[in-house]
Amino acid sequence: MTPPLARLHNVSRSYGTALALDRVSLDIGPGAVLGLLGPNGAGKSTLINLVCGLRRPTRGEVELFGGSPQDPRRRRALGMTPQQTGLPETLRVREVIDFVSRHYPDPLPAADLLERFGLIGLEKRQTGSLSGGQQRRLAVGLAFLGRPDLVLLDEPTTGLDVSARRAVWEGIRSYIGSGGTILLTSHYMEEMEALSERIVVLKHGRVVADGTPQEVTEAASRRSISFQADEVPELEGVVGRERRGDRQVLYTEDTDALVRELVRSGAPFTGLDVHRPSLEEAFLEIEAEAVSDDDPAGDPTPEPAAGTAEVSR
Amino acid sequence: MTLAVQHARLLFLETARVPIALGFNVAFPSVLMMFFVVPNGAIADDPRAATLATAQITVFAVMNACLLNFGVGVAEERARAWDPYLRTLPAGPLPRMAGRLMNGFAFVLLAVIPVALLAPLLTEATLPLSAAALALPVILFGCLPFLFGGFAIGFSMSIKGALPAAQAIMFPMAFAGGLFLPPETFPGWLDTASHALPTRAARELSVWAVTDGTALSQTAIAVLAGWTALTAVLAVWAYRRDEGRRFR
Repeated sequence: MTPPLARLHNVSRSYGTALALDRVSLDIGPGAVLGLLGPNGAGKSTLINLVCGLRRPTRGEVELFGGSPQDPRRRRALGMTPQQTGLPETLRVREVIDFVSRHYPDPLPAADLLERFGLIGLEKRQTGSLSGGQQRRLAVGLAFLGRPDLVLLDEPTTGLDVSARRAVWEGIRSYIGSGGTILLTSHYMEEMEALSERIVVLKHGRVVADGTPQEVTEAASRRSISFQADEVPELEGVVGRERRGDRQVLYTEDTDALVRELVRSGAPFTGLDVHRPSLEEAFLEIEAEAVSDDDPAGDPTPEPAAGTAEVSR
Repeated sequence: MTLAVQHARLLFLETARVPIALGFNVAFPSVLMMFFVVPNGAIADDPRAATLATAQITVFAVMNACLLNFGVGVAEERARAWDPYLRTLPAGPLPRMAGRLMNGFAFVLLAVIPVALLAPLLTEATLPLSAAALALPVILFGCLPFLFGGFAIGFSMSIKGALPAAQAIMFPMAFAGGLFLPPETFPGWLDTASHALPTRAARELSVWAVTDGTALSQTAIAVLAGWTALTAVLAVWAYRRDEGRRFR
């Protein structure tokens, strides 16, 4: 088995009394996009900052390529991107690229990077004069400059229009095609589903789901069928039901079997809909669940610091 | 080393492309001299007094620039997303630090040269080439505690905290170190106490560099070296505990 590129072992990180990560263990293996999902404040950025060595864990251990992320040599095969507004405004695009290149033993040629991220013709512009989308593409591109084995992308496409987002996706896909690994956070479920092979959901600093997008979706959210009818006969395989206006909603593990049951029962109905849950619904479900489980009063304040933290789910 | 040069180059470019920033940095010591030395006939017309006053004001300007540039400058950089990004690149803190030093020294040079040229023209101050060659390294040495002190402030405070902190340290230090008024006018206790300050030590060394017949003060060298070591330790400590912006 190949060793993980990065590993978190029982990691907690607190800021003052607020606990941002709570006993998280995670292995990031080579050759995939790992999507990190979670509401604002769930600890996604903290996790990324721990992996790249910007922050240190309060407890537990973080490993990057088998060593400490604080050791610059361990970061040689790591790609990071500055956040949205992070480029030095008065410097030119080419200056920024050349400067970052010098940190790596075998960087991509600047021309390749410019082409891959659609920045050709902008070399001489000061980064402050670029549009938001161009700045973002340059920032994301910098992460791939050192031919890294692992790239950390914290919301790479936030605030981008559709075509700029596709351009970033293309860059990411061509990197994955050549065997790279990415740890990605995003608020766009569509992006997560399009790019990630594995999804880890964080909630209140804890991992609450971990699997393929399909597994995460199915674990968190039930399939259902709905139709218009005054009454619903007793059917096999129904695990829950509700009424929404004039529509009946039946939850089940197997929608195909339930439809057959419904037809066979001979009961009248119109407007049948078969509903497969999306990752987005699953996410909302997880978010809602975790809040009610953790904190019955619905108080949005952060959890108490470790020691008094409750038993993990 | 090449990385440090790259860092210095970028830092320099960043400031140089903002004309007002470049202009202010370069002109500050000259402006101070025009305001405080040139119009004051009693000083400007006396060769020794004019030379001393120019040296004092230059030391002040350079120290102030160090404390502000490095203190506020570093705090400002830390508040931007670019700085944490640089910290994730596969290089330790040294190239960036060294780059900042080179950049700082470049600006000190740019600022001090006009003073050295203008002072003999506008006042009776005399600055033979030999003295000028001696004064420059002395000034660079003298500003080290302020440079490291600036780093310590910059790495431990926000911009809003760094600016007043830098000023609150600089002005009393400058006054008590005899950079505004010559220490001969001080009461005895202040004169004695001020020898422990880096500002006073730097002043003594510059006075030695630009005037004839003053002895090189071993105390001043020791005091400066002590402050340099202390502030360097503080700077390293502040850097190591820094994790970027800090909120409570």
